[in-house]
Amino acid sequence: MAENIKVAYWPGCVSRGFTPELHGSMALVAQKLEIELVELDRANCCGAGVIAEHNQELADTLNARTFALAQQTGLSMMNICSTCQGAQSECQQRLDADSAYRAHVNEALSGQGLSYEKASDGGWTNKNFLWLLVEDYGLDRLKEQVVRPLSGLRVGPFYGCYIVRPKERLGYAEYPDRDIYLEKVIEALGGEIVEYDGARKCCGFPVVTMNRDTSLRQAGTHVGDAIDAGADCLVTPCPLCHLNLDMQQPEAAKVVNRDLGLAVLHLPQLVGLALGAAPKELGMGKHIASTRWVEERLSSGVAA
Amino acid sequence: MAEYTIKVRRFQPESGEGPYWEQFNVDLDPSLSVLDGLLQAKDKEDGSLAVRCSCRAAICGSCGMKINGQSGLGCKTQIGEAQEQANKMKAATGVTAAEASSPIGAQAPEAQDAVRATGQVEAGPGTTAVTTANEAPIVIEPMGNMPVIKDLITDMESTHWTKIRRVTPWLLPHGEPPEREYIVDPESMIDITQSMACIQCGACVSSCLSMEADPGFIGPAALAKAYRFVGDPRDAETEERLHDLAEDPHGIYDCTHCFSCIDACPKGVAPMDQIMRLRRRAGEEGIEDPNAGHAHEVAFVKVIEKKGLLDEALLVQESYAPGVKGKLKPSKRGLIETIKSLPTILRPLRKRKVKLRQAIPGLHHGLPKDEMNDVRSIYEHAEEHNEELNLYIRGEEGEDALPDGEAAEEVTNG
Repeated sequence: MAENIKVAYWPGCVSRGFTPELHGSMALVAQKLEIELVELDRANCCGAGVIAEHNQELADTLNARTFALAQQTGLSMMNICSTCQGAQSECQQRLDADSAYRAHVNEALSGQGLSYEKASDGGWTNKNFLWLLVEDYGLDRLKEQVVRPLSGLRVGPFYGCYIVRPKERLGYAEYPDRDIYLEKVIEALGGEIVEYDGARKCCGFPVVTMNRDTSLRQAGTHVGDAIDAGADCLVTPCPLCHLNLDMQQPEAAKVVNRDLGLAVLHLPQLVGLALGAAPKELGMGKHIASTRWVEERLSSGVAA
Repeated sequence: MAEYTIKVRRFQPESGEGPYWEQFNVDLDPSLSVLDGLLQAKDKEDGSLAVRCSCRAAICGSCGMKINGQSGLGCKTQIGEAQEQANKMKAATGVTAAEASSPIGAQAPEAQDAVRATGQVEAGPGTTAVTTANEAPIVIEPMGNMPVIKDLITDMESTHWTKIRRVTPWLLPHGEPPEREYIVDPESMIDITQSMACIQCGACVSSCLSMEADPGFIGPAALAKAYRFVGDPRDAETEERLHDLAEDPHGIYDCTHCFSCIDACPKGVAPMDQIMRLRRRAGEEGIEDPNAGHAHEVAFVKVIEKKGLLDEALLVQESYAPGVKGKLKPSKRGLIETIKSLPTILRPLRKRKVKLRQAIPGLHHGLPKDEMNDVRSIYEHAEEHNEELNLYIRGEEGEDALPDGEAAEEVTNG
């Protein structure tokens, strides 16, 4: 029998800011899956690539602190944000590549009694919930937990750039299927996969304050393409993508000049639905694009 | 030897018809390239199949194309690997790369135009060809973000080269030229060797998701080229270059961090990393751009310095109207953008998605005091040193550099 999983859990900033339903649904789903979350409540923002653009060493040190806090618990780390995954993997790659640089960065942490240690292969890892679900929890075990298969629900995957590229940095050598995990999870939950052009494209969020039009055109195009492909909803492991695809959806609709109105679920919400949680418990009422259609599809699926 | 089915997006402007798919069956060793497969199809089946190529060794940069949706060089992609990728995507999604983009060639606007012009997509004569059992066809398309001239040949002039010329791709030294060559410290040139490795194949342009949404974006190839001169110690107009690239609304702050160009580049140039270097340099010069990209970056860094965690409302306010609490003098753009963003803030408030204190800049919770002391000491240390580790140049230790001087011994013994 598979062992229970216990991880040092980094929820990120946005899940405790503008997408609180992600934080809540993750807690609920972890409980149902018996994944024990040791929350890193002292850890800091990953910098989202923006701090690295300003001062690379600053981003590397801030994340080294988070890694060190996680290592103090003796557990591997889990995050629930594609952007955290990408930004942290980038810093970890540099820290792991060069022991002199690592020592230099650790010098800044020494006053706090912290130090980031490079782990031997597979020793200490930092994985998004998506990766953990497939690689450590296991899809077979997930299937066994499903009490309400998502039959008939047509789900479009939306990954977020930071979790699919660059391949060389994100462990594809060891795990070559990381760019099809969302499809695997949708299938394991009994849902139907909707393939459309935007699944691995950019949501546009990083430039929303700089070039609103380009940003919202990206979000609006992908949502529109998914609707055209027959999707009932999208699912994403990235709360920043969620902000552009869901919270900005009414504005994106204006930019692409068409009606949108497509529910966008956080990954733990989709998993939670299949585990029998009520949409309300999963915070789906807090979304900007209504999730009612998803609920209707599921209830009709159960009746049928 | 193995059999492969390649599915090529074809287009001949003189026919007056739109683009269409055609499949070819080829037979070659898995270690040979996709380009080899195309050349075999051209040789044995249809001499009119147009593909641009020369060196076949990832040096000349002629054979940029999309293989299973991924931009790269035909000669640097092994056909066996392309087959595995095609099978994997088909198994995961139930469709091939070609079917995923609907209508035909959704990634190439010019092809769509052609489709629209003729009103329908022609089914090619080869589309009925039977694929080898359980094997998905390898989908080959011309590069994206540029017009197609014929089949896999794109017009590099109208986009790629025009954008390259846009960044003044030559050295601008001041003063009398030296009698012989310019002498510089070799160390000072190492930083730009990565951008110098570019072979102008256009694969990064093809993959660029910002350019897909904003064709005016200067783009990854041209901006990597720009850094090649900004980082060159002989160039005397670095500041002017940075102003130019930052102040263009489609310049360095138009990149969305999608990493596509990094994966597309066959030479490890990592154009996005060069764009980030340009932003860093422009920031150091204190250049304020019309898109407030620099203001956003500074706002982000300051918010984390102040609170340790992101305060979304404070970030938005500081990006548009920096220092508003101190001097209250937002720019006209800042005011307009703030007003535009109000509905986006109000909707989640109505839904009780966010609490009022989260929507008011500065009120969102931060880290406790002890943790903030840690964060501030990290800022002090990093701002003092500000080291940049470029793995393209330094490499990863453990591969070449073994600990305890073993590498040196191996070299001397070998």
